[in-house]
Amino acid sequence: MTTSPPTLHENPWFTHTVRITNLIDETEGVATYQLVMIDGNSSLAYEFVPGQFNMLYLPGVGESAISMSGDPARKDGWIHTVRVAGNVTKTLARLQRGDTLGMRGPFGAGWPVEDLVGNDVVIVAGGLGMAPLRPLVYHLINHREQFGKIWLILGARTSEGLLYPTEYATWQKRDIEVTLTVDRATAGWNGHVGVVTQLIDRLQLPRPEQTHLMTCGPEVMMKYAAMSGLRLGIDARQIWVSMERNMQCAAGLCGHCQLGPEFICKDGPVVRYDRIRPYLFVEQL
Amino acid sequence: MSVPLSPRFFAKSQLQLLIDELRHRSYSVVGPTVDQEAIVYGDIQSIEQLPRGWTDEQSPGLYRLKRRDDDAWFGFVVGPHSWKKYLFPPKTTLLSAEKIESGWQFIPRSADKTKFALLGVRACELAAMRIQDQVFLNGPYQDPLYRERRKQLFVIAVNCTQAASTCFCTSMKTGPRCEKGYDLALTEIDSGFLCEVGSERGKEVLDAFVSLARRASEGSSVDSNSTVDNVSTYEAYDATPEQLKSADYARQQAVDQITKHMETSDLPGLLLSNLDHPRWKEVGERCLSCTNCTMVCPTCFCSSVTEVRDLNMDRVERERTWDSCFNPDFSYLGGSLVRNDTASRYRQWLTHKLDGWHAQFGTSGCVGCGRCITWCPVGIDITEEVAAIREGTSP
Ligand code: SF4
Ligand code: SF4
Repeated sequence: MTTSPPTLHENPWFTHTVRITNLIDETEGVATYQLVMIDGNSSLAYEFVPGQFNMLYLPGVGESAISMSGDPARKDGWIHTVRVAGNVTKTLARLQRGDTLGMRGPFGAGWPVEDLVGNDVVIVAGGLGMAPLRPLVYHLINHREQFGKIWLILGARTSEGLLYPTEYATWQKRDIEVTLTVDRATAGWNGHVGVVTQLIDRLQLPRPEQTHLMTCGPEVMMKYAAMSGLRLGIDARQIWVSMERNMQCAAGLCGHCQLGPEFICKDGPVVRYDRIRPYLFVEQL
Repeated sequence: MSVPLSPRFFAKSQLQLLIDELRHRSYSVVGPTVDQEAIVYGDIQSIEQLPRGWTDEQSPGLYRLKRRDDDAWFGFVVGPHSWKKYLFPPKTTLLSAEKIESGWQFIPRSADKTKFALLGVRACELAAMRIQDQVFLNGPYQDPLYRERRKQLFVIAVNCTQAASTCFCTSMKTGPRCEKGYDLALTEIDSGFLCEVGSERGKEVLDAFVSLARRASEGSSVDSNSTVDNVSTYEAYDATPEQLKSADYARQQAVDQITKHMETSDLPGLLLSNLDHPRWKEVGERCLSCTNCTMVCPTCFCSSVTEVRDLNMDRVERERTWDSCFNPDFSYLGGSLVRNDTASRYRQWLTHKLDGWHAQFGTSGCVGCGRCITWCPVGIDITEEVAAIREGTSP
């Protein structure tokens, strides 16, 4: 028996203990956690591709697939933004700084960051869909000179749901054009009201054939965002969406997360639009 | 592999010595045996446990054991069990969690030491094992238990000498001849077994078994329940031309009896491009969503994990059990079920098995064993469903 933990390839079930070292309340029912591995101080710890996810495990309750939402260059913990949605996330919400839980990962295929080099990027986020996109934004900023124009279009039901509002100014400064929209204006909101596609349709892309669109949010929103992208002249092979499915093993071994021929856990969660298009919105697929 | 020996021949009763030799090498030998009116796979210590003189009669929705008019030892086809239960057990603990003072700690399952020797693996089942290898070993992630057991596995194949009305291995190009993936392969003829060697390990066991058989025939000490009836048959252990001919004839019988066919030239592609075909609804009305087809299928691999905890929640085990795309909860997502009716579940099963599987694992998910046809309580026939989808499709 070796003492070093097995690789994910050898044992995708191998679970690390992580401790909550920081906890930030974002909006109603949404919090961001910093999780530090108590057994992992190797230099590879915390390495991930933007768009990948970890399985977070609450013993006795179960696991949940949660995307990384932190800066991939940071090496001081896993950052996850979590919305209370089921039993696992409900239990997680009751934990405090210092508490431990289980974690395995990182899993899945992330945003195609290599393909973006030298190109323009449109990022479209809906609600909590900003969480898996934030590592991408950080990555683009960390290597800002490698990329062309970058737009970030962020929508939510109300302004409360716009995640990470304090960071928008920094992003703008790094030459990302951030535009916001809400479905419903509440007191104090004097920005755009309407769906994200209205903002996409308005974009003047200087070179659509060299533009890539990355989107994450509710499935309907992603579908319309992709369609708007196509109308602007972006090739379907340059549009990427981040899908949600019931993931249990995260390793393509349990069969739960299939959509058409894809295992969302292993071939996704980020998938190319032209490949997934025939299966999006086929009823009950 | 460098083991192209010419087939050996041994008398039937000497199969006991092979079992003894494998047990001596600390294998758990498992093979066909009669239980609850079916031929199933279970522990085998003695040749007496094999279904000698039994056969199975199969058709859509129907399985019946019958006495044969001869004493053939492997004169049946495949039953409700498949070998996957040994490599991918129906229930297994993946890891445990223990609460200690500093918090949760997670203990991986300890390495599995079980060595199985499978006796009586048919050609379609060898193919099913290769498919599960693709799933559990050859992707980006491996299943550790499957890997450990697979590495230790000893496979004694048996060539089919008859076929059921539900068999269509010839369509799926998986049988009935055992071509690869075995350590030893037997063909049964009236007077005994012809034995081919498929691996170094197989050769080693066969050689050891041969000397064991010699000693037995010379009357020295071997396991007491070993019965060697005819010394002289044994000594001629290179199969004679007549024996080779009988074996060919026996195997050809299986080929000749296969009547079922599934056209595969437009698979993959056909099903995933016909997701709104009316046939799905029609079969959805017949299908009971009982999960039988997925449980008996030798390649189906879906599973779920549940939490098993002690009362004060200080120790939790994560237990994996077989699941099925026919279970309503299987497609649970964010508070609702994606596949809410039977038609969508049947469509998931068939499109995955015959279509999506190719993209995922580079092979069909069906080996043509016919189990899903036999064990479907309403006799839904996978080959007919594919044909029906094709029929209502403009090419
Ligand atoms: S789908 Fe049916 S015929 Fe094909 S391998 Fe599975 S059980 Fe056998
Ligand atoms: S096809 Fe037959 S065996 Fe499979 S779930 Fe439906 S009724 Fe059960």
